[in-house]
Amino acid sequence: MNRRRTGLMPRALLLGLMVYLLLPLLATGLYAFAEDWQNTLLPRSWTLQWFAEMFRDLRFLEALWTSLYLCLISVGLSLAVMLPAVFVITVYFPRWENFMKSLVVLPYAVPGVVAAVGLIRTYSSGPLDIAGTAYLLIGAYFVVILPYMYQGIRSSLLTVSAAELLNAAELLGARRRTALLNVILPNIWPGIIVSSLLSFSVLFGEFVLTNMLVGGHIQTIQVYLYKRVGESGHLASAIAISYFVLILLVSLVLMKLGGRMGRGGHHE
Amino acid sequence: MNSRNRNLILALIPLALMVLAFQLVPVLSMLSGSFRSADGTVFTLSNYWEVLQSAYYMQAIKNSLLISVFSSLAGLTVGLICAYCITRFTPAVRDRLLMLSNMTSNFAGVPLAFAYIILLGNNGIFTLLFQQWGWEVFSSFNLYSWSGLTLVYVYFQVPLALLLLYPSFYGIREQWREAAALLGAGRWQFWRTIGLPVLAPAIFGTLGILFANAMGAYATAYALVGGNYNLLAVRIGSLVAGDVVTQPQMGSTLAVLLALTTLLAVFLNHRMVRRAQRFGSGWSGKPTAERRAVRTRLAPAAGEELGQ
Repeated sequence: MNRRRTGLMPRALLLGLMVYLLLPLLATGLYAFAEDWQNTLLPRSWTLQWFAEMFRDLRFLEALWTSLYLCLISVGLSLAVMLPAVFVITVYFPRWENFMKSLVVLPYAVPGVVAAVGLIRTYSSGPLDIAGTAYLLIGAYFVVILPYMYQGIRSSLLTVSAAELLNAAELLGARRRTALLNVILPNIWPGIIVSSLLSFSVLFGEFVLTNMLVGGHIQTIQVYLYKRVGESGHLASAIAISYFVLILLVSLVLMKLGGRMGRGGHHE
Repeated sequence: MNSRNRNLILALIPLALMVLAFQLVPVLSMLSGSFRSADGTVFTLSNYWEVLQSAYYMQAIKNSLLISVFSSLAGLTVGLICAYCITRFTPAVRDRLLMLSNMTSNFAGVPLAFAYIILLGNNGIFTLLFQQWGWEVFSSFNLYSWSGLTLVYVYFQVPLALLLLYPSFYGIREQWREAAALLGAGRWQFWRTIGLPVLAPAIFGTLGILFANAMGAYATAYALVGGNYNLLAVRIGSLVAGDVVTQPQMGSTLAVLLALTTLLAVFLNHRMVRRAQRFGSGWSGKPTAERRAVRTRLAPAAGEELGQ
């Protein structure tokens, strides 16, 4: 790390970058509070009516609720399936880790559109006809968050040296189940919370799979927002900005938790 | 011992089932679908032949490739310059800037398209202002055209490029700079002969991720232009889950082609990251927490979409 003073050029460039990155957000935010905004740099008058309308909008509240419970169920299911599996692989079958790595990187490399094509083809006919249902969506969501959950759980286990902890507990006479519940789980919990929150925020912003798999039947917040974009701009921007504030809060919590979890701090 | 092993295997079964059912089987089904005739009975290559013959599908592929290449290069250039600038700040300021990039990379898909419509759409704030000020330069700009789409794509490429590139700048040691200066190299010569070659793997690897990200991006384009602009991802969506007559076989074929390009790009990234590690630059020099923070954003746009 060089300790030279920051020059004028980097400052100017990064100020430009910040303006560029924040401008769309700022515009959406202003638009959500604007009553009359034509041909002027800033709105002429302000109002809270769009937000009031948003909270009176039953379809919006329904979409919000749908999003929340679909994401919660998916993350919960992922935890229930991944925790034991990743634990067993990390502690007892480390040889399989290379295979797992290539498996969990697939969702990164395969775009949502492509995944949706395969899912629709597999489940729209034949023995398992679950096209357009929440079951199919939850299954798809499970795959979307696979990389985050796998890496999160695995690095938590490695951080606390799960294998050694387990051996120590068993040497001291603890049953394996007791050791798991009372020693391993409390130690990896913070890391698991972080990956669950991250997965949740990723799913909350998911549009492609949701729209293609169940768009006609189930409205999540993203699908609902898409349907409103063509109508009242002010109301849609109130929804968009509320959505972003929520994501922002989740990210902030993540940073705080992540910062507390990071070992050793920064080495510059 | 035996019962214990059985328990261990039991713990793996749910995961294996889920991955089979929702990842492997669908991918195989898509592959087999792309080799079937329209009635789904005969094994054939005709779908691929039809894509090659069809001006419409070829145009979708060409548009997607062009928009991906342009937006990746633009995002990479801006990201590279800003990544260098970020290393010139104190760690506290740097972390705050990275946090901002991280936040904005969450701002993709439908909300992003929407924000740009407010800014630059037909009745957008800037559109009206420019008209009022008589800035003729912008009167020909149309958000719902190729240039508008590219502009929006660049927006979600920049933060991603920045987050992926900045660690590799820490691989350039201050001693090299001093040594080069002592030996009489100017600043330009240092970057041309030492700096850029050291950064090269990170640059190409990042380019791969950005390219895959743009190729697979769907939400932003779909929310902005619907089916009115011919892009590969949007075309696939309408073939499989559209309002018109769906053609699942053609959708599968185009999806296989799209997956091939993104897999290739991600593979390039993978190779480049390994090469960068041999340099001792890039990933290996960073604290794990930061590496993880960057890696978790590899989600397409969400990324977009990893975003997208």
